[in-house]
Amino acid sequence: MGRSPAADSRRAYGEPGLLGDSWRTYRMVAGMWIRSTMTYRSSFALTLATSFCVTFFDFVVILLMFGQVRGLGGFSFAEVALLYGTAGTSFGIADLTMGSLQKMGKRIRDGSLDTFLMRPAPLLAQVAADKFALRRFGRIAQGLMVLVWGLLLVDVAWTPLKALLLPVTVACGAVIFGAVMVLGASTQFWLQDAAEVTNSFTYGGNTLLQYPPTIFAQELVRGVVYVVPLAFVSWLPALYVLGRPAPAGVPGWAAFASPLVAAVCCGAAGLAWRAGIRSYRSTGS
Amino acid sequence: MPPFIELDALEKTFTVRRRAGLLRREKREVRAVDGISFGVEKGEMVGYIGPNGAGKSTTIKMLTGILTPSGGRLRVAGVDPARERTRLARRIGVVFGQRTTLWWDLPLKDSYRLAHRMYRIPDDRYERNLARCVDLLDLGELLDVPVRQLSLGQRMRGDIAAALLHDPEVLYLDEPTIGLDVVSKARVRDFLRELNATRGTTVLLTTHDLTDIEQLCSRVMVIDHGRLMYDGDLAGLHAVGESERLLMVDLERELPPITDVPGARFVRAEGPRQWLAFPATTSAAPLVAAVAARHPLLDLSVREPDIEAVIAKMYGGTRDERRESLM
Amino acid sequence: MLRLYAMVAAGGFRRFAAYRVATAAGVFTNTVFGFVLSATYIALWNERPRLGGYSMDDALAYVWIGQALITVCGLMGGGFEDELIERIRTGDIAVDLYRPADLQAWWFSANAGRSAYQLLGRGVAPMAVGALVFDFALPPGPGAWLAFLLAVALGSVVGFAIWYLVAMSAFWLLDGQGVVQAAWLAGLFFSGMLLPLNVFPGTLGELARLLPWASLLQVPADVYLGKYEGWELAGAYGFQGCWALVLLGAGRAAQAAATRKVVVQGG
Repeated sequence: MGRSPAADSRRAYGEPGLLGDSWRTYRMVAGMWIRSTMTYRSSFALTLATSFCVTFFDFVVILLMFGQVRGLGGFSFAEVALLYGTAGTSFGIADLTMGSLQKMGKRIRDGSLDTFLMRPAPLLAQVAADKFALRRFGRIAQGLMVLVWGLLLVDVAWTPLKALLLPVTVACGAVIFGAVMVLGASTQFWLQDAAEVTNSFTYGGNTLLQYPPTIFAQELVRGVVYVVPLAFVSWLPALYVLGRPAPAGVPGWAAFASPLVAAVCCGAAGLAWRAGIRSYRSTGS
Repeated sequence: MPPFIELDALEKTFTVRRRAGLLRREKREVRAVDGISFGVEKGEMVGYIGPNGAGKSTTIKMLTGILTPSGGRLRVAGVDPARERTRLARRIGVVFGQRTTLWWDLPLKDSYRLAHRMYRIPDDRYERNLARCVDLLDLGELLDVPVRQLSLGQRMRGDIAAALLHDPEVLYLDEPTIGLDVVSKARVRDFLRELNATRGTTVLLTTHDLTDIEQLCSRVMVIDHGRLMYDGDLAGLHAVGESERLLMVDLERELPPITDVPGARFVRAEGPRQWLAFPATTSAAPLVAAVAARHPLLDLSVREPDIEAVIAKMYGGTRDERRESLM
Repeated sequence: MLRLYAMVAAGGFRRFAAYRVATAAGVFTNTVFGFVLSATYIALWNERPRLGGYSMDDALAYVWIGQALITVCGLMGGGFEDELIERIRTGDIAVDLYRPADLQAWWFSANAGRSAYQLLGRGVAPMAVGALVFDFALPPGPGAWLAFLLAVALGSVVGFAIWYLVAMSAFWLLDGQGVVQAAWLAGLFFSGMLLPLNVFPGTLGELARLLPWASLLQVPADVYLGKYEGWELAGAYGFQGCWALVLLGAGRAAQAAATRKVVVQGG
């Protein structure tokens, strides 16, 4: 779609490329939304506080389970906390930065997406930053705290490689979740009503990854390794850190494949997004 | 030199799916824009009118690059909008009467700051343009007011200013006076006239209000069923459409129908009030004088013909077809 | 007047029935969640059979009842509060308040229609899938089904009352999304969506079983599983009914206060 003239024009204007442009747009739009929320200052403070507290309920469920049992699928509390913390933090980051994509269908239906398209700024950045909400930080904070808790309790023979793998995993996990959200949003160009399916992979994936893979059916585990590669968000690297074997049939090096998988997911999401816009612009619906 | 905006046999076809029975779905092609050709020179101010679903919005969306045409050729400022949408975005301004692009919860000036950065407007130019808009659209008192507290007319002025900060060469206005009171309408029109006269901004305007066209546009295009039905001046449109203006007169008392004024046709009476129709192409002044000379006149008003009626009359035969309402 | 509300309810039903793709998407998502939760419950009940007085069979039935009732009883959002909050935020609500129909009754009726549709459209399919895959027991007869449906209906009323209150908060907070998110997470936890309330230990468990959210899933599920006998069943309905009355009353009070506020501010 006219890539070369667009690139030429960017050079001519002395501007950064698509990525730089997107980041700039994202910051501008998110900043406007933060200012908008801040106009209701008391409301913002209240919601931030409640959302921070209430997010903990989610983890309390796991605490309650371990109040009744010693292990779940052969995993100790500390190990489950580590799984929960890595997946939860990754998901929190993706939710903060890309969570608004889920509501894009509404923008399409009421026609406001058209006004986004009339601006000289990348569409994806505009839509992702739409309704940016700082309160979603609560989820990241909660995930990180559980992660730290798990790390303090867990009995792991730490190596430099393991120590490095953990932050890389959290970052890549966020990218994978984000890519899934972009993919989901792309399908909304065709099927605005099917937005909820994306929840199966985002919220559903997050819930899945919080528990040990040993409790799930083999087909399901294979599905999140090979079909929707959510296993790379946390399971496979975390299993390596914990010194546990990868799920049946998955090679050991897969624990280090998260960056590669994240890159592939981004590529797929980018292609889907482009195809989505192209379809929208030819059908106008 | 080719025209600034150039359409050549432009087409847009949509596939409409509709439910037919429980599971069966019917597919149907709808030509929203069906081979439209015209050119608009730089600095022209053109009215683009037609009934709902005629294809106006679809054309505007193609002109802005949001929609890719299904056929034909389109150039705006020498650029293919669909291919270079974001580049063109800096050179065009768009205002939708029914949808604001301003930030609802923030002071008006914050929306302008965002435009400043998003359109990468050089500081001095931004300051100059903002000052001009604030002055001409009387926005000074409103800059610090959250948009949600603005009246419809104030918001429209705010929206127009937002669309002009980056010095667009062409401005698309979609129903810019819809829902506004008389004073606000006049103010918006004055501003647009001034903009066109002093900056030479090309303006393409869709509206349901013929007064907009009358006061602003030297040229009007009528589109219906996705085809260009008329392209010329407004007087010509009235002539073609045999449209009539309506003169409402309040007499001192109930009197028999006025039939003795040449050029006017009695329509109806309601007590001392009577309605007379006369061709839109003729002036009202001699008519009023004639009525006043022969009858005890208290008050009068003239109503302009509305576009729907003109077009309905113009193409009376084609309006009954079943058709899909688009956008 | 009653005819008007019946029409509003029918409209609510039709409005959601029109989105078939959305229904299918929802069923898919509920089913995926059902499988994930089933796996965790199997692990849990394998370690501790008869946890919380439930057999493995009961626990699995509980999972799928929960998935079936998510939208019906508003476990994760009532499905109408976003729209109501948006109307409050934009000020359109002033128009609604001056309508001859009562605001709460209007939304109640629309929600009843929505709820009825969700029960058919999004409730039956996940239940059927769960029952087929995990082979849990169904209620023994039509009487038991009816008892369950009554509990579901009461649960749906309590769900409406909760979300209506949440939406009313937008009159004072203006940005209702934070409250919605908090209510969403609190509801997720205290309804027993993630873990049955009878597994909650000690005081927390007693408290959770007394809160209004217990009416949404725990009570209907226990009715389904035949945990109440004789007068206990009446007590369970009474519990739901009391919360429904209290919360609907609170919603009315909030609405009255909001109306005064809107009138004072002049819209």
